[in-house]
Amino acid sequence: MEIRENLRYSEDHEWVLIEDDMALVGITDYAQSELGDLVFVNLPEEGDEVVVGEAFADVESVKAVSDVLSPVNGTVAEINEDLLDAPEHINSDPYEAWFVKVQDFDGEKDLMSAAEYQAYIDGLS
Amino acid sequence: MLIFEQSKTGRGTDVLGACDVPLVQLDVAHKRASTLHLAEVSEVDVDRHYTALAKKCHGVNDGFYPLGSCTMKYNPRLNEAVANLPGFTDIHPLQPAASVQGALAVMQMLEVALCEITGMDALTLQPAAGAHGELTGLLLIKAYYQARGDAKRRKIIVPDSAHGTNPASATMAGYTIVNVASGPDGCVDLSALEAACNEEVAGLMLTNPNTVGLFDKNIRAITELVHNCGGLCYYDGANLNAVMGQVRPGDMGFDVVHLNLHKTFSTPHGGGGPGSGPVGCKAILADFLPNVRVAGEDGARHFMRPAQSIGEVKAFYGNFLVYLRALTYILSLGAEGIKEASENAVLNANYMRVALADLYKMAYDGTCMHEFVMDLSELKKATGVSALDIAKGLLDNGIHPPTMYFPLIVHEALMIEPTETESRETLDAAIQVFRDLYRAAQESADTLHAAPQTTPVGRLDEVQAARKPVLRYDFDQ
Repeated sequence: MEIRENLRYSEDHEWVLIEDDMALVGITDYAQSELGDLVFVNLPEEGDEVVVGEAFADVESVKAVSDVLSPVNGTVAEINEDLLDAPEHINSDPYEAWFVKVQDFDGEKDLMSAAEYQAYIDGLS
Repeated sequence: MLIFEQSKTGRGTDVLGACDVPLVQLDVAHKRASTLHLAEVSEVDVDRHYTALAKKCHGVNDGFYPLGSCTMKYNPRLNEAVANLPGFTDIHPLQPAASVQGALAVMQMLEVALCEITGMDALTLQPAAGAHGELTGLLLIKAYYQARGDAKRRKIIVPDSAHGTNPASATMAGYTIVNVASGPDGCVDLSALEAACNEEVAGLMLTNPNTVGLFDKNIRAITELVHNCGGLCYYDGANLNAVMGQVRPGDMGFDVVHLNLHKTFSTPHGGGGPGSGPVGCKAILADFLPNVRVAGEDGARHFMRPAQSIGEVKAFYGNFLVYLRALTYILSLGAEGIKEASENAVLNANYMRVALADLYKMAYDGTCMHEFVMDLSELKKATGVSALDIAKGLLDNGIHPPTMYFPLIVHEALMIEPTETESRETLDAAIQVFRDLYRAAQESADTLHAAPQTTPVGRLDEVQAARKPVLRYDFDQ
């Protein structure tokens, strides 16, 4: 299970990458592996507010639809439209397949480091 | 081979007599530019084609069908005989009420019987299926608050053990969903529910027994909490087969309930339907029921419109011939039989649960109601064999798989509902299959990954089917 050092993680298995004044948000390798092959993804619209712990997107596998909860507060500046046509990228490359870029964000400091997230998912199994 | 691929130009069956009225030419604007792609085949070709397709299917008439939460019980032949009586089939929905008094009596009798079973005061038979009933029930709640001028109630509480359609129906009715988590015992967490109850709550939707097959022991406390904050309680009758004749939603404190005649009351389910999802309610909601209801007595039965009706939810009177099947079932069983059916449904589920519990991990401890959920996540971790693989293995043994990967609160879930239909011998045979598959998972996981081998089609690529579905026949192929 890949965990990247340069990202921060939520207990709901989302990752955050701070890039300049944007927070990129996606789901972790662990999350995609648990969900299985994804066949659809719903993304918010640019300008939507996101709130920590509240759903901002959903992903659908052949098993089920699951909410994706926001790890940060802020405003959606950009969505990754490529995912709409190719949700399989979330499975093949979860840390490149960002869902949204969030601006004017906060809340990232409460997230886990890579080492903390590793310990967290070890505790789940 | 598809029916289109059997087409031969000029073949076919003339079933129409010679035209005995003047021919009229359609205006060019209304004419098709291209010809229709109709297969030209003889009657016997059509017959054989669909008989062959039917042989590839698995229904409850073929074998065991423990599809959790769907109550795939046997549909008695007597139901069909009654529903095919010409007095019921050869009538028209626009006929004067005076000439269809018998049909109106059937609707009235069924309404009375279903109200008695659910503890409700009034009922509409119109909705076409369960989720349609949910939407209708929620619209009753909405109309109730509108009539009271209470505009602030915009939220519906849905526990995570509720049916997946509950939040969808409430959203369709214009409500915001408040999710309440289950406690470790699989029942509603009372403190979480209490925290969610306030003056913005229009109601609670609950399935009891819930989707993990447990009867919520706090049900009276739950409905009381909701009533105390001014909300109404909606009972999803999907799992009524577990408690039919034993306890009534009305007595549990519910104000609205939908039933699935195609589950609990032995009418055809799925493609063989149509379904039917009657909605019962307490007297406070009766004036809002959909148009039209049957009123009056012998010889003078007529259709009436409730005073503040939410309007029509389906054309005419709903799926009338389904009512006949359900009424036949209820009258065949009688009060004692109805009770015995739910007792046997619960007994059968517990018999299977206990016989499998030493191998398969049960998602929740203790006695279940009409269904139980197994958690195969440990089996998957140890052997790589998933709930899906076991389900496919069942197909090779002539058993329809249980519901998979639902409820979502259990990982690698298999949800088994045997229903009262099955004999002990059928259950014993199915238990042996489940035990054999468990051993196969340990000894030869690859055979399960490759299952099914004996079905008309093998393992389907569900991912490709969802990502790139082919939904149309390509005539230019």
